[in-house]
Amino acid sequence: MATETLTLGKALNVGLRKALENDPKVVIMGEDVGKLGGVFRITDGLQKDFGDQRVIDTPLAESGIIGTAVGLAIRGYRPVCEIQFDGFVYPAYDQIVSQVAKMHYRSRGKLNIPMVIRIPFGGGIGAVEHHSESPEAYFAHTAGLKVVSCASPQDAYVMIQQAIASDDPIVFLEPKRRYWEKGQVDLDAPLSEAYPLHAARVARPGRDVTLLAYGPMVRTCLDAATAAAEDGRDLEVIDLRTLSPLDLGVVYESVRRTGRAVVVHEAPSNVGLGAEIAARITEECFYSLESPVLRVAGFDTPYPAARVEEEYLPDLDRVLDAVDRSFGW
Amino acid sequence: MAKGDPGASTRGRRAAPRSRKAATGDPELVQLLTPTGERIESVTGPDGTEYRVDFTDEEYRGLYRDLVLVRKLDAEATALQRQGELGIWASLLGQEAAQVGSGRALRTQDMAFPTYREHGVLYCRGIDPIMPLGLFRGVDQGGWDPNEFKFNMYTIVIGAQTLHATGYAMGVAMDGKTGTDDGEAVIAYFGDGATSQGDVNEAFVWAGVFNSPLVFFCQNNQYAISEPLERQTRIPLYRRAAGFGFPGIRVDGNDVLATYAVTRHALDNARHGQGPSLIEAYTYRMGAHTTSDDPTRYRIASEVEAWQAKDPIARMKAFLEREQIAAADFFTEVDEQARREAVDLRERVLAMPNPEPATMFDHVYPNGSPLLDEQRAQFSRYLESFEGSAH
Repeated sequence: MATETLTLGKALNVGLRKALENDPKVVIMGEDVGKLGGVFRITDGLQKDFGDQRVIDTPLAESGIIGTAVGLAIRGYRPVCEIQFDGFVYPAYDQIVSQVAKMHYRSRGKLNIPMVIRIPFGGGIGAVEHHSESPEAYFAHTAGLKVVSCASPQDAYVMIQQAIASDDPIVFLEPKRRYWEKGQVDLDAPLSEAYPLHAARVARPGRDVTLLAYGPMVRTCLDAATAAAEDGRDLEVIDLRTLSPLDLGVVYESVRRTGRAVVVHEAPSNVGLGAEIAARITEECFYSLESPVLRVAGFDTPYPAARVEEEYLPDLDRVLDAVDRSFGW
Repeated sequence: MAKGDPGASTRGRRAAPRSRKAATGDPELVQLLTPTGERIESVTGPDGTEYRVDFTDEEYRGLYRDLVLVRKLDAEATALQRQGELGIWASLLGQEAAQVGSGRALRTQDMAFPTYREHGVLYCRGIDPIMPLGLFRGVDQGGWDPNEFKFNMYTIVIGAQTLHATGYAMGVAMDGKTGTDDGEAVIAYFGDGATSQGDVNEAFVWAGVFNSPLVFFCQNNQYAISEPLERQTRIPLYRRAAGFGFPGIRVDGNDVLATYAVTRHALDNARHGQGPSLIEAYTYRMGAHTTSDDPTRYRIASEVEAWQAKDPIARMKAFLEREQIAAADFFTEVDEQARREAVDLRERVLAMPNPEPATMFDHVYPNGSPLLDEQRAQFSRYLESFEGSAH
């Protein structure tokens, strides 16, 4: 059994390699994904080993990437598209929302678009404008798309393969600032026995407050839970993993025990995932709640200049502040 | 026209027309049949390609039959909209030759990506003409199987399908299905307005750099709803191809023979691995953009009359009569068939049931969604609450 210590980025790379090996219809396409291996090196070495028909350097146009991938999917391929940065997905937004998401529905099930759209998302890397955004709500709001985000190397390795194997079109959000974080990855566990793609999971059990996060904020919440433990508070952290559809059964079970919930995401709070989650917790757990569901999120500003992003992004202190407010209700 | 491969038949071939006209027309327009029905035997394109067709009498009559049927069914759909049976209709009136000529040039294995006005191409692909009426009536969103008929769903977002066609064509090449006589080619339909879209220009870039087996077929019908061609371009559209590195040619889109010849040539180049090309089929939208439009607000009657004189069906009929390929009984029989098919179409449209409301939850995802299952169940309980109160 091969368990290795890998970074999250390398785990994605190995997962993509497995997908290319297992299905000749899988093709990777995007800007700089070939010789360069992508600007984050997630596709490093894949074109060398699988050729430029399987790992395709595309012209520099995002709508073209997604639009041609739709045609390849109709032809029977399984395209894995890389959008270089979150803020560059918008030129492809029409193709994603009006074509990728709706082709199966429009054709009454006669066409499938088994496409994965990989997007490095979120901030925290000191980047210039358009390189730090969290666009997940746009996609989660679109019927016909599924949206997932990984938070650990093990999940990155498994979830990317599960997403590629799925016949649903999936927006796959990669926490770019966690690309370099290391963890144990079981490379041999069969995909068929893996934890389901569209399922949330308790990342750390606790009794006092339920913290809900996905992608880059899972690490932030785990750190907050560790810090809170020193103050005698036992925080449960749930990694949501799937943003559309949300899997909230484990969340309801948790909140009924703790009576308190705090949703944490980098994306702006207004009409974000946190709003939907709070509404549904309120419907399902109304008599168990000791306080309102609180949100810790990015502010409703454009993503700010890098030298103030530490203040914009939810961090350990803001999460613990929300925990305090929950108890102060 | 019967199924199969018109123009490739060797039996009863009409080698040369009995009336000829020198090929001295517009050098920027390939034409094999003049507006008055005179046959031009062949035309040499700017790259030296000789365009000609070599049809049997039966095949000529078949093309005429296609044109008449397609126009009649389209007129019936317009009438159904006027009577409230369709929500809207996008008529192809005036563009029959562009659609039948290109549609019949497709081989069985070729794949087409239409806009929402390609009812004539759809007919040539063997799809029941009621299918698009279901879409415009609002009972479904198309209904045919794109892979069975090699004709994708209608695309309403302008130009989006050109990228789908390009990706599909990339897949054809990746599958090794080019380079032989029975290779596969792909055709992307779009209009003059679409040439301003980013997606169309991206498709040109992609098809060029990947040398995709693709024909870009632009029906320049002179208007994007109300905006004339001059609002979309400073140069003739077919010349845009040069900037993307592949051939472009303009054909008389009201000439079914020239459209067939030019499209067949471009498709064959594509299937043999010679890459993409752009065809500008120069035509005119005789009717409104859709039944919701009023073209008298933006164009003058004399312009419409000038194009009326270039009618694609009248010129084909004049040719058939002059060459004695068809006589009065044939034209009567075709008109009668068109009338019967229109009546049949009408009756079937009126009998189309509305979909069951709960079917709106079907086919959102191949693998389903627990959220949708929950909403469907809630909706079902809600509906049942009314049924219960009725008793």
